[in-house]
Amino acid sequence: MQYLHNFGAYFLMVIEMFRKPTKWSVMKKLILKDIDDLVIGSIGIVSFIAFFVGGVITIQTALNIDNPLIPKSLVGFATRQSILLEFAPTFISIIMAGKVGSFITSSIGTMRVTEQIDALEVMGINSINYLILPKVVALTLYPFVISIAMFLGIFGGYTACVLGGYATSEDFITGVQLDFIPFHIVYAFLKTFVFAFILATVPSYYGYYMKGGALEVGQASTSSFVWTSVAIILLNYILTQLLLS
Amino acid sequence: MIEVKDLQKSFGENHILKGVTTTFEAGKTNLIIGQSGSGKTVFLKCLLGLFDYEKGSISYDGRVFAQLSEAEKRTMRADIGMVFQGSALFDSMTIAENVMFPLRMFTNQSKSEMQDRVDFVLNRVNLSDAHNKMPSEASGGMQKRVAIARAIVNKPKYLFCDEPNSGLDPKTSIVIDNLIKEITEEYNITTVINSHDMNSVMEIGEKIVFLQLGLKEWEGTRHDIFKTENKAVTDFVYSSNLFKKVRKMYLTE
Repeated sequence: MQYLHNFGAYFLMVIEMFRKPTKWSVMKKLILKDIDDLVIGSIGIVSFIAFFVGGVITIQTALNIDNPLIPKSLVGFATRQSILLEFAPTFISIIMAGKVGSFITSSIGTMRVTEQIDALEVMGINSINYLILPKVVALTLYPFVISIAMFLGIFGGYTACVLGGYATSEDFITGVQLDFIPFHIVYAFLKTFVFAFILATVPSYYGYYMKGGALEVGQASTSSFVWTSVAIILLNYILTQLLLS
Repeated sequence: MIEVKDLQKSFGENHILKGVTTTFEAGKTNLIIGQSGSGKTVFLKCLLGLFDYEKGSISYDGRVFAQLSEAEKRTMRADIGMVFQGSALFDSMTIAENVMFPLRMFTNQSKSEMQDRVDFVLNRVNLSDAHNKMPSEASGGMQKRVAIARAIVNKPKYLFCDEPNSGLDPKTSIVIDNLIKEITEEYNITTVINSHDMNSVMEIGEKIVFLQLGLKEWEGTRHDIFKTENKAVTDFVYSSNLFKKVRKMYLTE
């Protein structure tokens, strides 16, 4: 029953987010601040993870191909497919649920605990619009982060492949270009946009509606990570079924 | 002036306010006192429009809040200033930005006009050199003064304070009490203070409403509270020996 309540309250929050807008001059600054905090601030960790996981994908693929009849270019092909279709959009989003999601939940939750949200409400400000909409708008730039993850993931794979001697540079590049389907990029970015919305709103919900003190802020951050990840995994399945099957 | 008539508020089966009727006049510091759980905070949140209530009415200079349209409610909220128990300053903003916030949200003033007003109110609360400090760098007393500055920057008609002295030393408490009283008289604001602090009651309580178990048990001035024979009030206010002695001295004089 509590799940149903949370589900309904989440959608009401999303509707409320678009009502009674905050002054544009104020909103503009909030959006720029959130772009800095949520998007620019994530590029470093995403780049690091994407580069090295790309390398690991390549090494594992190469080590599992021991049949001499299978061309070495398959390493590049498998790396590209893994990174473009799943690793960059989905698994980076789960990592972001930990980084960005926890940040959003704890910052909004702390505002709740310290009555800052009440202060906004007393002033007649739509606190949901003021706090959450800038995050949603800022995360429309999230596909930019995923583009970097895609590029660096494949580049990490290439580096590991060539340095480890698993395939030649030409083989890897041939594999990366093999049977490329442009719709896969559309699919990846469609998923990314949906996940960006989830990343902005689910952690905000857990922060905004939390009750209690500092301990509960920590608990809300944990719940936020769990449910953001669950939502991303479920939507990943549904979107894949709808768009690729 | 704020008129409250038969205000009733429940949470499920738990009846918090059971019909409170009172009036808070402009230019006076009105205090709500009572034991923990007496309904003070719920009463204040009803006055602020943060809680809906089941029965009764609250009117602000003849405007009944519940009957106003959304646009009218928004306009009316610009007339309300609030000082929260924990100050509730926005910790991502400097002190000057905190004070400027209501001006940025509700007025179309130029940056220099807003800056002038911020300088004026910060000066008024004796914080003329704290503009660029972050709230975390300010002491409890300074934070309260910033909260007062933010509450009055937009020239409100109504000022609400929830436990403005909590966590402050006695000397700073007196400074805050006097500041609230001066501002109330200077700008003819209707001020309502939710307080546990008996010093405040005796220093600035021009009207005191004593709540008990969701009902108005007693009301009067700080002078009346020395003379009252109401047992609930005397048990609460004169629970310490110090205040018993103060009362005795007052009555002897």
